[in-house]
Amino acid sequence: MIVNENCTIVSQKEIAGNIHELILRGELSTEMQEPGQFVHVKVADGHDPLLRRPISIANINHEKKEFTLIYRLEGRGTTLLSTKKEYETVDILGPLGHGFPIEETNPGETALLVGGGIGVPPLYELSQQLVARGVKVIHILGFQTKEVVFYEEKFMELGETFVTTVDGTYGIKGFVTDVMKDLSFDTIYSCGPKAMLKALETNYAADKKVYLSLEERMGCGIGACFACVCHTADDPTGFSYKKVCTDGPVFKAGEVVL
Amino acid sequence: MSRLEIDLPGLHLKNPVMPASGCFGFGREFGNLYNLSDLGAIMIKATTVEPRFGNPTPRVAETSAGMLNAIGLQNPGLEKVLNEELPWLAQYDVPIIANVAGSTEEDYVEVAKRISTAPNVHALELNISCPNVKTGGIAFGTIPEVAKSLTKKVKEVSEVPVYVKLSPNVTNIVEMAKAVEDGGADGLTMINTLLGMRLDLKSGNTILANKTGGLSGPAIKPVAIRMIYEVSQQVSIPIIGMGGIERAEDVIEFFYAGASAVAVGTANFVDPFACPKIIKDLPEILEQLGFDHISECTGRSWK
Repeated sequence: MIVNENCTIVSQKEIAGNIHELILRGELSTEMQEPGQFVHVKVADGHDPLLRRPISIANINHEKKEFTLIYRLEGRGTTLLSTKKEYETVDILGPLGHGFPIEETNPGETALLVGGGIGVPPLYELSQQLVARGVKVIHILGFQTKEVVFYEEKFMELGETFVTTVDGTYGIKGFVTDVMKDLSFDTIYSCGPKAMLKALETNYAADKKVYLSLEERMGCGIGACFACVCHTADDPTGFSYKKVCTDGPVFKAGEVVL
Repeated sequence: MSRLEIDLPGLHLKNPVMPASGCFGFGREFGNLYNLSDLGAIMIKATTVEPRFGNPTPRVAETSAGMLNAIGLQNPGLEKVLNEELPWLAQYDVPIIANVAGSTEEDYVEVAKRISTAPNVHALELNISCPNVKTGGIAFGTIPEVAKSLTKKVKEVSEVPVYVKLSPNVTNIVEMAKAVEDGGADGLTMINTLLGMRLDLKSGNTILANKTGGLSGPAIKPVAIRMIYEVSQQVSIPIIGMGGIERAEDVIEFFYAGASAVAVGTANFVDPFACPKIIKDLPEILEQLGFDHISECTGRSWK
């Protein structure tokens, strides 16, 4: 069920260059089940900015009724959100969308989790749920440069973890796809830049199950405004469509036009 | 009788608050959140003869106290609306106002003729003011004679009263209103969005793929109030007012300007519970202001 609630800030801190981790407490956390879902955040009262900001859920703690959002300072909205302090509240609508299907990887099989930049956060909750299911996980986390790398240790606790940076200042120099060639796995779950998702679809969708989380500018986040639609792959120029906010954000590779 | 009940041509409204067309889809998303029978009416998303995918993305861009949209009348087409969307909505005790769009007069006439026969469609809203489609739409909404002629043709075939949705992107809104009244319109809905544009700081390009889009939200409320104030004094048909409404106080202001009911648009995107909240708050505001019935507020600014 979708709930609107003023959630209380448990903590907020910068965990890498311009990357913030925000932990919130609220009853709506009890509605969060699927990894890869998101919440729609009203970053400030009043009219500027007017619309909510979609932010993926990085961690769910049902026991404490807490959840974690990790976001990058991009513009006015996220900058305003970053000024909020412990004990203040944030207006949250959620959980929204359909997340990653963990049941597509059987216990004992291996899942490859591929994240790019600010696409990394939802993979953390996903990885925990896969591990709890008895799935072996391998992570490849791609970042631009050393100072924006985050959560490496947390992912290492769950499974083998490779970090790449585009400029080579940390980990392996290059793109996530460079690392994949030597690995064996059964499924791919990914979230990150569109170019990365396209590369995964092109190279792996033919013989692996690949699930991709898309990003798109959203209005309402609940499927009413038709701002975030995309064409379906079987009708790329026709009338059939999927909404990223409600049909996604996670799609099976080959389902929609990237 | 409840202090919020309103009767308008074709419409018996439990309360004067309804979601605006294009901001509520066909109701399904909101039906998961609250009982749609609580609404005064529902203005469903614009329907065209054939399905439309709409414009490329990005389709929305935020602005100060508002947003630009260029969805491009995406809809599943007349057949699906008649066979799937309207029957689904029939489970609720709420009158539907069907928004009718097209590129040619024939398109409008065909949609109006067929959609007005649906049992739960109690009125039509003629969309002659969408700024986001290349053909039709806006031309019908900016030339008084063209608007009048279209209204007449649609009136001839419609089984239910016809409201015409006016565009604010005109020099003389009163002239447009009078023209469609002459054409036989039973009511007006106003205002549609204001044509706008946003540019990206780094690339210099437009943010919307369609380049221009319609501005909505609190930013346009003063424009809507002014136009309703002017038009309501010059026509004798009722006005459903819209443009930036987000709370009960705004509803009263629209009534003061001359509206007889209101529609809530962009606020649904910010707070999906905006409509039921406004409906809940209205009686108390009326009490505070000393009105027995909301209709007493209509035109207070100029009466």
